Amino acid sequence: MIEVKGLTKRYGERTAIDQLTFHANKGEVVGFLGPNGAGKTTTMRILTGYMPPSEGEGKVAGFDLLTQGLEVRKRVGYLPESVPLYPEMTVMQYLDFMAELRQIPNRQDRVDEVMEMIRIADRADSYIGNLSKGLRQRVGLAQALLHKPEVLIMDEPMDGLDPQQQIEVKRLIREIGKEHTVMLSTHILAHAQELADRVIIIKGGKIVAEDTPERLSAQRAGGGRIYLEVAGDGAGLAEQLGRLPGLGQVRAVSDGNFEIDTLPGADVRGAIAQTVVNGGWQLLELRRDAATLEQVFIELTAGEVEAPAGAAAAEPVAEEEGDAHA
Amino acid sequence: MRNIWTVFKREFGYYFVSPVAYLVMFMFLVTLGLIFSYQLGAAAQFGGAPDVAGWVLGPFVTLALFLTELLTMRLISEEHRTGTMELIMTAPVREWELVAGKWLAALGYYGVILLVTLIYALIANSVTQPGIDIATLAVSYLGIVLFVGALLAIGLFTSTLFSNQIAAAFAALAIYLGLWLISLPFQDRADTVGDVFNYLNISSHYDNFSTGVIALSDVTYFVTLILFFLFAASQMIESRRWR
Repeated sequence: MIEVKGLTKRYGERTAIDQLTFHANKGEVVGFLGPNGAGKTTTMRILTGYMPPSEGEGKVAGFDLLTQGLEVRKRVGYLPESVPLYPEMTVMQYLDFMAELRQIPNRQDRVDEVMEMIRIADRADSYIGNLSKGLRQRVGLAQALLHKPEVLIMDEPMDGLDPQQQIEVKRLIREIGKEHTVMLSTHILAHAQELADRVIIIKGGKIVAEDTPERLSAQRAGGGRIYLEVAGDGAGLAEQLGRLPGLGQVRAVSDGNFEIDTLPGADVRGAIAQTVVNGGWQLLELRRDAATLEQVFIELTAGEVEAPAGAAAAEPVAEEEGDAHA
Repeated sequence: MRNIWTVFKREFGYYFVSPVAYLVMFMFLVTLGLIFSYQLGAAAQFGGAPDVAGWVLGPFVTLALFLTELLTMRLISEEHRTGTMELIMTAPVREWELVAGKWLAALGYYGVILLVTLIYALIANSVTQPGIDIATLAVSYLGIVLFVGALLAIGLFTSTLFSNQIAAAFAALAIYLGLWLISLPFQDRADTVGDVFNYLNISSHYDNFSTGVIALSDVTYFVTLILFFLFAASQMIESRRWR
């Protein structure tokens, strides 16, 4: 569905993205992670046909990005980061306008359907300028879904939503992700971990990691970290655990609480549970560190990555260039 | 083609929720109304036939030269500034469709003002015997439409250059005044240079229409201006994709 090779974008002297090669399959949700200015927005803008790459090639929904831009745009839904909308239009007017631009048959029915799906039907006649950030985000999402796009690209879709709305949007993304290809950027790693089948981490315009969230967590950062809590003080447990293969350091944090570093590749939770129970301890809690992807992310994006000079700052500057093109 | 209609409808609707559009219309109609009523009074007092083309459309040309950029300055620049261009440009719309739709909508807005000015023609017609020359007036109106069409195309083009509306407005005004005054230093020259600069003068091309004459050279002048600047605007929008 998405297939790009050697994608490069330069703004004058600065290289915003550098030789990106990746793909996304049908029915796959791909999370696009990176610090601000890593090139996420630039990449997404290229994929949506907003602008062509300086170098490289790519196909989206089976059409060439460079030569068949119009066909690509017909098949892509896009939610830009800032959710730009016309404040003087009502929700209904705006969605009808976008539906007409996309030449959707029976567009009134479709607009109603999407408004129901996104739960903004009750605000159909509100002016967009009067809507809260969360509601505008939803109108933006509705707009991206109108034409049942084969590929849905969302730049920071959770931004500005309250927890309840986030849950709803996540449900929607999962729903859509079953049949369509979804690519979303976020810097909230928990969202990526929860939603994405696969994660691409970029830094300075280059891909630094690409895998499922689970495997990324397991492989990087010297494996993962497991928290263990047993009843009582757990005396002697650390020694027993230390004998298990696939485990790194075992630290007793406090009475009955342990932090266990695991080595890359192995899932040792079963073995740990077994050891605890066999040794007669009472297992209260055993969990993999939820922040592991975050550790991976921090490690990958804070570490030295060879990038062209100024590349890390290229994205926000490019944004400004796009705005003030005087 | 359907996209042009879609863009036209949205843009045209915008003029009727935009305070700037109402203020521009207000200034046109108040000024033209004052001039018309004064001239009508003077004609009644001193004799003379009502001259709608001279009394209404003549001042209309001058006003349009100074007010059109206020209408066109936001056309593209605002879409860039607020980012809505990003959604338009990722919808299956071609640049020229966007440009044509916006230009037609602005022309439609001017059409509304022009329709209102027909009141003056009706009044003039009712106070003279056997009535005013409808054919001449129709030709004058055709000239006005071509004239504002050209101004709008220029303004639309300058709006693609800047995301700052004021800058877009001043650039358009500069081109209007340039086209208006371009022949001034060459007015007395009877050679080719004088001819060329006189031909470039925008208001002289309206003058023939106001006397009821449709000259091919005048029509060509306006149509060329319109097509050139609309084309340039759509190229500018497209070129921004590559930057």
